[in-house]
Amino acid sequence: MDGGVGYVDMDALKATELRLGLPGSDPPEKPPPTTTTTARPTKRSLDEDRAARREPSEGGRATSTRATKAQVVGWPPIRSYRKNSFQAMKAAAEAAGLYVKVSMDGAPYLRKIDLEVYKGYKELREALEDMFKCFEGCKGSEYAITYEDKDGDLMLVGDVPWEMFTSSCKKLRIIRGAEAIRGLGSSQ
Amino acid sequence: MREERSDMSEDDDGGGEEKDSWAPGLGVAGKSRGAPYPLPPPLCDQVLENVIENVLQFLTSRRDRNAVSLVCRSWYRAEAQTRRELFIGNCYAVSPRRAIDRFRCVRSLVLKGKPRFADFGLVPIGWGAHFSPWASAMATGYPWLEKICLKRMSVTDDDLSRLALSFPFFKGLTIICCDGFSTAGLAVFAEKCRHLRLLDLIEDYFEEEEYEVVDWISKFPQTTTSLETLGFDCLPSAVNFEALEALIARSPALRQLRVNHHVTVDQLRRLMVRAPQLTHLGTGSFRSPEEGEGMEHEAHLVSAFAASRSLVSLSGFREVESQFLPAIYPVCSNITFLNFSFAEITAEDLKPVIRHCHNLQNFWVLDTVGDEGLQAVAATCKDLRELRVFPLDATEDSEGFVSDVGLTAISEGCRKLRSILYFCQRMTNKAVLTMSKNCQELVVFRLCIMARHLPDHHTGEPMDEGFGAIVMNCKNLTRLAVSGLLTDKAFGYIGKYGKSIRTLSVAFAGNSDMGLRYVLEGCPKLQKLEIRDSPFGDPALLSGIHHYYNMRFLWMSSCKLSRRGCEDVAQRLPRLVVEVIRDRPEADDEAVEKLYMYRSLVGRRNDAPPFVKIL
Repeated sequence: MDGGVGYVDMDALKATELRLGLPGSDPPEKPPPTTTTTARPTKRSLDEDRAARREPSEGGRATSTRATKAQVVGWPPIRSYRKNSFQAMKAAAEAAGLYVKVSMDGAPYLRKIDLEVYKGYKELREALEDMFKCFEGCKGSEYAITYEDKDGDLMLVGDVPWEMFTSSCKKLRIIRGAEAIRGLGSSQ
Repeated sequence: MREERSDMSEDDDGGGEEKDSWAPGLGVAGKSRGAPYPLPPPLCDQVLENVIENVLQFLTSRRDRNAVSLVCRSWYRAEAQTRRELFIGNCYAVSPRRAIDRFRCVRSLVLKGKPRFADFGLVPIGWGAHFSPWASAMATGYPWLEKICLKRMSVTDDDLSRLALSFPFFKGLTIICCDGFSTAGLAVFAEKCRHLRLLDLIEDYFEEEEYEVVDWISKFPQTTTSLETLGFDCLPSAVNFEALEALIARSPALRQLRVNHHVTVDQLRRLMVRAPQLTHLGTGSFRSPEEGEGMEHEAHLVSAFAASRSLVSLSGFREVESQFLPAIYPVCSNITFLNFSFAEITAEDLKPVIRHCHNLQNFWVLDTVGDEGLQAVAATCKDLRELRVFPLDATEDSEGFVSDVGLTAISEGCRKLRSILYFCQRMTNKAVLTMSKNCQELVVFRLCIMARHLPDHHTGEPMDEGFGAIVMNCKNLTRLAVSGLLTDKAFGYIGKYGKSIRTLSVAFAGNSDMGLRYVLEGCPKLQKLEIRDSPFGDPALLSGIHHYYNMRFLWMSSCKLSRRGCEDVAQRLPRLVVEVIRDRPEADDEAVEKLYMYRSLVGRRNDAPPFVKIL
């Protein structure tokens, strides 16, 4: 289910839909109307638009996680004015980016990066290499990128899917030298 | 203004502004009352008319006036001469020309346009309800016009300009849920309207880009103004704060001020200090301008509220920081209207505030306060008349914070409740029944169980019995909105007991045509019926033929209507405008996706867009 919100395979939906209707009760047969021609484009929630363009499903993050239930136009009946008031705040918070501190052993100061800017681990690695180039030193470039997660544990970057990583990463730490080699060896 | 808001609410209906007589039997004769008479009345009749006119001046209710106008021609003329406020519930039911011809001395106009479901995206953009033809007609027809209130109309900047330039005595403009205008229009209006007392923008839609925004606040006259009400809480762009502060300072008559979310708590304090005589205050964001700057603003804010002894209404709190809530304690015991419906606060935040609000009559809140918060309301607000509980997350599978528990608590604590709007994710028949028994004065009952077709979460049964109890026990009920799993039985109850119901909203309910038939055959006072996604077809539609001329409108979308059925109705009722709204222009289906029909004195409108087919 992607693209226009309203069009769902009704048979498939009916098959999976859990209903407590009375025997013989008739669910409405018409598919829910499409949003594209009827919904007012809400310029105010520009960030929502950006989010929607980034991901194919309409409404961005919200609907992509609610896979089976089709979102119906205008239900629940809340005016867009009110909906936008809260979405605007959420969108503003999201647009602010996912900034995390990056520390590197031996470096005199830390850096900050916006994880939302990167599409995956490769890009992140390249960016970090670039950022900390000046601190490479003549010992060579053996290092491991680790991060501190929500629980405060030190984890190796790259084990979990990218989205899971960005949502749980609190700060990054680049470990260099013997410590790093030992860690990398055991993770292969 | 609170009073004006309730005037504009859908349940307070005049029952027919241009009604005359719509009974099909009277046919042409009934309609010709609007036509001019060939001979002037004889002298003694003239005297009688003058006497009547003097008496009628005291009659303000439009329903009473409509009744008066039906007594005889003399009274009809007298009433037409003395009507000062004209209410038009559907801008397409009558033409500006006809309205002006009949009512010559109007000083105040209320005009409504799009059907209510337009608020939820069901009416495509460009459908209509343009204010321009009215603006130009009134410019010549009502030079003495003082007030205009518009709801769900398309208003342009040119319209605003015309208003300001055409009416030298213009005093008040209220615009609710409208679109099409911008700060540029507001700027012209503010500048040209020299005697303005009221400008209230309520939930309007603005489509300006950042660079297009105009500093309209600076355009108000630089001298002392007559402003009594200024509301712009829906404006998405920030206003020039220094200019606003200066405007407030030279507006000694100001009683109502509602600012938007760009105004922070320190700015709010400055405004309050300039206007300690305010009765209604929209507080803006209610947060500090910078992170961690809270402490220094708190103390000053408390004293600002302590000095505002006349406050009876508070709203805003758009980005409220709970540390500032105690600042409002000094005014809590006086306030009758509190709007927390944009404030994401918990029960813990609410309790210390609501404890002081003994005189609260109208309370709007977000469901984030939970059942516990509602219990606190029930414990203190014994005089509560109206409660609205809005959802923070308006999606079907959101986590619900309020339920049958909160509803029951409210019904037990707030016996004088007249109006309730309640969004929830769980409900039981028992709770609804309890409310029907405890709150017998209910006039408006709108329950929205957000998940479609959801049954009673204790028994698994449909919600028929709960809503049935409401219509049975609440004899004054005029407005009802239903939700949850409902069978035709629920509609049977509505048709049998809902004798006073004027407005009914139905969504995802019913089993068969019988559902709609029960309502159309059983509810004689029904004026406004809006239905979506319910299995009602042509036979049901046809069962209401006897009644449609008495209604303002019928809306049916995603039901089981066909072109043939709608054409049938259109043929049998020539004074009804039957609009079929298509989502996709190429589809000329037999199936009708959206039907909007309404009585009209002027037949089909000439501004219908291509996606609207008038049968």
